Amino acid sequence: MALTREQIAGIAYLARLDLTPGEAPVYQESLSRILDFVGQLARVDTASVAPMAHPLAGLAQRLRADQVTETDHHEQYQANAPTVAAGLYLVPKVIE
Amino acid sequence: MSELHGMGLVELAAGLKARRFSSVEVTEAHLARIERAQGELNAFISVTREQALAQARAADAALAAGRGGALAGIPIAHKDIFCTQGVRTTCGSRMLENFVSPYDATVVQKLQAAGAVMVGKTNMDEFAMGSSNETSYYGPVRNPWDPKLVPGGSSGGSAAAVAARLVPGATATDTGGSIRQPAALCGITGLKPTYGRVSRYGMVAFASSLDQGGVLTVSAADAALMLGEMAGFDPRDSTSVDTPVPDYQAQLRQPLTGLKVGLLKEFFDKGLDADNEQRVRDALRVYEGLGAKLTEVSLPNLPLSVPVYYVVAPAECSSNLARFDGVRFGHRCDKPRDLMDLYCRSRGEGFGAEVKRRIMTGTYVLSAGYYDAYYLKAQRVRALINADFVRAFQQVDVLIGPTTPTPAFALGAKTADPITMYLNDIYTIGANLAGLPAISVPCGLVRGLPVGLQIVGPHFAEARVLSVAHALQQVTDWHRRVPEGWA
Repeated sequence: MALTREQIAGIAYLARLDLTPGEAPVYQESLSRILDFVGQLARVDTASVAPMAHPLAGLAQRLRADQVTETDHHEQYQANAPTVAAGLYLVPKVIE
Repeated sequence: MSELHGMGLVELAAGLKARRFSSVEVTEAHLARIERAQGELNAFISVTREQALAQARAADAALAAGRGGALAGIPIAHKDIFCTQGVRTTCGSRMLENFVSPYDATVVQKLQAAGAVMVGKTNMDEFAMGSSNETSYYGPVRNPWDPKLVPGGSSGGSAAAVAARLVPGATATDTGGSIRQPAALCGITGLKPTYGRVSRYGMVAFASSLDQGGVLTVSAADAALMLGEMAGFDPRDSTSVDTPVPDYQAQLRQPLTGLKVGLLKEFFDKGLDADNEQRVRDALRVYEGLGAKLTEVSLPNLPLSVPVYYVVAPAECSSNLARFDGVRFGHRCDKPRDLMDLYCRSRGEGFGAEVKRRIMTGTYVLSAGYYDAYYLKAQRVRALINADFVRAFQQVDVLIGPTTPTPAFALGAKTADPITMYLNDIYTIGANLAGLPAISVPCGLVRGLPVGLQIVGPHFAEARVLSVAHALQQVTDWHRRVPEGWA
């Protein structure tokens, strides 16, 4: 399964990853080889097998009571943000 | 007091309770070793000297008053994947170089409540993606048995720190072998509990259907003590299972008479180093001598573990790591032109090469047109592997095999080819796919380097797995071997 340079660029775009010109051919080669390697799964007969998403089969997700349990920590959380003003996270202008 | 650093958790706990030495003395002794070893091993990303000594003084006061939890005054280290309030949590990445968590992980909180003293945060493969600790932004960790060799990964810092007796125990996480493989390569004991046994609240997510926190210690008895304090239900983790935590220490001495041990046939494959195999078979003979009954068990789908893992884990990683967007926390690029540029450059700069490879692999296998062929297919094969384990545990009490195909390899030896590196986890991934508890214990030396024996049990059979490991450690002393220069 050889991926093209264009496919690598498309995957990087979907993943929101800026690749340097040097990185693209490296990932083209290694992702192609990884897909070849995992491609061996296609030969396994799984016609009657249900997909397994996690190991806790039979356990239902819990629900919690609809009660307020958390208090406001936004200042503490925003201390980790690159840029904040007036309690808001700042990003480049989205709408012209 | 020069021998304080050689003691395990159980021995330290007894000594501290009997007031034979103080927590400040024990903590100082370990901090001094950590600081001396840092240049050679690079096992730590952060050392928290002042905070540790304050905790040690508090522990001494509690112990003097006849109080203090099971780990009161004992220094431990946390893998830098566990959030620690007020102390930065990097996850081995440039992305989180300046991240200071606003809260403690439940594991951190529980160990602190038990009286443990945190001396620092250990180095690791970036976002726990690696088997050699070479993907860390903070530089590779070196193996105390030979600094030219890797310690294994991704919990390489925690493993090297325990092996070099810098700390008596450390937390770690295991998604495909990241506790057991470095335990084997560093000659220590490493336990990955059942999926859901230990809370993941505050543990940076990599692959959510596989990740599980656990312990790295010198002995199984020490692992039993530490796990007992870490395990348990946590309403803050939706995958936490509400099952009582047994007294692991009290159950360590179960006799092995009549224990049905399954030899994992598929693990004794052509990739297994002949000397490594011999050490595993020596340990199996010890078990026979202790009254266990050995039978060979075949899990025919197990050899597909690695390809299944390298679809499922990257898929889950690509969605978990989508949260790192340069907006709310983590690395942000300089002068973004627009929002897309902000996302793409912040992520491109903040993540290292292997993390980007996994995100891209995951993005591809989840994308329209490939989802069924790769992701769903891998989940179906995962079900087959799981069914193999279910069948095996109808016949035997535990499954035993090697932890790794070879002892530790040289730094740089496998970085050029990701698949060669991925195949390192060939014997460990199965337990993650099925969510089973598994332990690696030292079972001998190969060309002067430690190798591990792996014991896998059914869901929530940590007590059994620990007792089987403990039985071996009662009649062998491989787990007490300290690398030269670190005694």
